[in-house]
Amino acid sequence: MVAESTKAGASRGPTDLGASGASNEPAWRPSDLELSRRTFRRKQTRRSVLISAVSTIVFAALLLWAVAGSPGWAKVRESFFDPEVALASLPRILEGLWLNIQVLMVAAIGVVIVALLLASMRTLRGPVYFPLRALAAGYTDLFRGMPLIIVLYLVGYGIPGLDFFPRVPVAVWGTIALILTYSAYVSEVFRAGIEAVHPSQRLAARSLGLGHGQTMRRVVLPQALRKVTPALMNDFVAMQKDVGLISVLGAMDAVRAAQIETAHYFNFTPYVVAGLLFVLLAWPMIRLTDWLSARMRVREQGGSIV
Amino acid sequence: MSGSSATTPGREATSAPGLLRLRGIRRSYGEKLVLDGVDLDVDAHEVVALVGASGSGKSTLLRTINLLETIDDGVILLDGEDVSDPRVNADRVRARIGVVFQHYNLFPHLSVLDNVTLAARLVHRMPRATAEAKALELLDSVGLAEFAKAFPDRLSGGQQQRVAIVRAIATGPELLLLDEVTSALDPELVGEVLALVRSLAERGTTIVMATHEMAFAREVADRVVFLDAGRIIEDAPAREFFAAPREARTREFLARFLRA
Ligand SMILES: Nc1ncnc2c1ncn2[C@@H]1O[C@H](COP(=O)(O)OP(=O)(O)OP(=O)(O)O)[C@@H](O)[C@H]1O
Ligand SMILES: [Mg+2]
Repeated sequence: MVAESTKAGASRGPTDLGASGASNEPAWRPSDLELSRRTFRRKQTRRSVLISAVSTIVFAALLLWAVAGSPGWAKVRESFFDPEVALASLPRILEGLWLNIQVLMVAAIGVVIVALLLASMRTLRGPVYFPLRALAAGYTDLFRGMPLIIVLYLVGYGIPGLDFFPRVPVAVWGTIALILTYSAYVSEVFRAGIEAVHPSQRLAARSLGLGHGQTMRRVVLPQALRKVTPALMNDFVAMQKDVGLISVLGAMDAVRAAQIETAHYFNFTPYVVAGLLFVLLAWPMIRLTDWLSARMRVREQGGSIV
Repeated sequence: MSGSSATTPGREATSAPGLLRLRGIRRSYGEKLVLDGVDLDVDAHEVVALVGASGSGKSTLLRTINLLETIDDGVILLDGEDVSDPRVNADRVRARIGVVFQHYNLFPHLSVLDNVTLAARLVHRMPRATAEAKALELLDSVGLAEFAKAFPDRLSGGQQQRVAIVRAIATGPELLLLDEVTSALDPELVGEVLALVRSLAERGTTIVMATHEMAFAREVADRVVFLDAGRIIEDAPAREFFAAPREARTREFLARFLRA
């Protein structure tokens, strides 16, 4: 009785669980159970795609109806979405945007260098380094707390007032202000990354005879950077739109150009154009950031679902 | 060669040509005394097993030898040189000693080959090609050459620990410190790591290892040192240590271990 049931079980094999017991079977074929599961999942996917499509369309239609049906819509369309004004103001705004891009690139490089210096300064141990640590801590506290626009005014109007550096373009002061503010943020991101590297890694490096600097450069920072890349890219995106603020100093950037065009046509469309251009500029980076953090999450979870 | 300072404590007991000599090592964390006057001699080519209950100070002692831990008192002599002197360049001393910890040894952002060659290139200023050739040879000798280009997360725990050991010996250290290198491993992976340690011991590597593997200690170690609450209670040839422990504490410890 017992022997018989064992034999029957063995000959049938655990096919309904999908595990192939015999190792010399030609190829693995999904079990019926797995096939039915897959059919079910496919059906589920189709269903959810359909639901999201319908709800999106309904939502968009409602929104359009609400906006277009509002009493002031005709006027708003005229003064914010005038295609002729958009086209006419585009070249000037693009020219201005080029300045924004240049400032952005220089500032981004400056921010990374200053932030790395600040973060490294704050990780130094020992009483000798107290002044450096305190300096870095004071700097980050100051510039994380101060609104960017005030830093812009202070740097952009204050430093030229000293008359040490005549004839420096305002965009340069704007760049410096951006570096001051953003390096304070980014140094905190770096510091968090450095602290997230397990202490044994430092211990392992030091035990091999690597010095403090070598350990930092070759072991700690590479791992820290990997951990904080999405956060860094987020800060970059934030900076991408904050470069528009250099217009308050009178720099001829996209925002300033839009302002001038707006005054010229008595129409706000140039602002919309400039805004859209900034979004367009930031968009690839935003997508990349999302994709990268999603990928890192997947890697950290090692393929598990939750 | 001969230490110059005549004032250092413990100099009177320096008749044996020990590679490593510890005298009166003390270390406390706040109120807690972790090392309470440790004396230990290790000769070249000797394998010394450090055993003791959890918290007895084994890891602290190993970190102390490698100058990863400051001491409150005592002397550490490495090949006759007082390396506990604060004027000594600690990085230079560490470069002469290989260490493998319980876990988190390998650098996850570097390939196996880069892990093994890092110290050779940065600390010993060896050209990359030379360092890599040597590293490949070593990896090959422990059957890990196929993983040279792989990153640590692709390796099993046992393979990772073997790479860590290879990395520790890659620069030809005078002394190898192993801190429970198998205790984070699944039982079936312990064997391969112990086999590597055994072959190093047979080749004459000087080893000080903290371990909970009593059978392994008995087989491979020349001497076993029993640490209890930061003191060395017993220090005897391996055979003697297990067959006829002198101290009551040692017997208690061994009885507990053999029962477990
Ligand atoms: N950084 C530290 N700060 C405070 N106490 C510590 C620190 N490191 C170790 N200790 C204490 O020192 C004692 C000895 O620790 P140690 O790690 O040397 O023990 P061990 O013999 O290696 O134990 P195990 O077998 O569990 O590894 C323990 O009581 C521990 O709590
Ligand atoms: Mg320990």
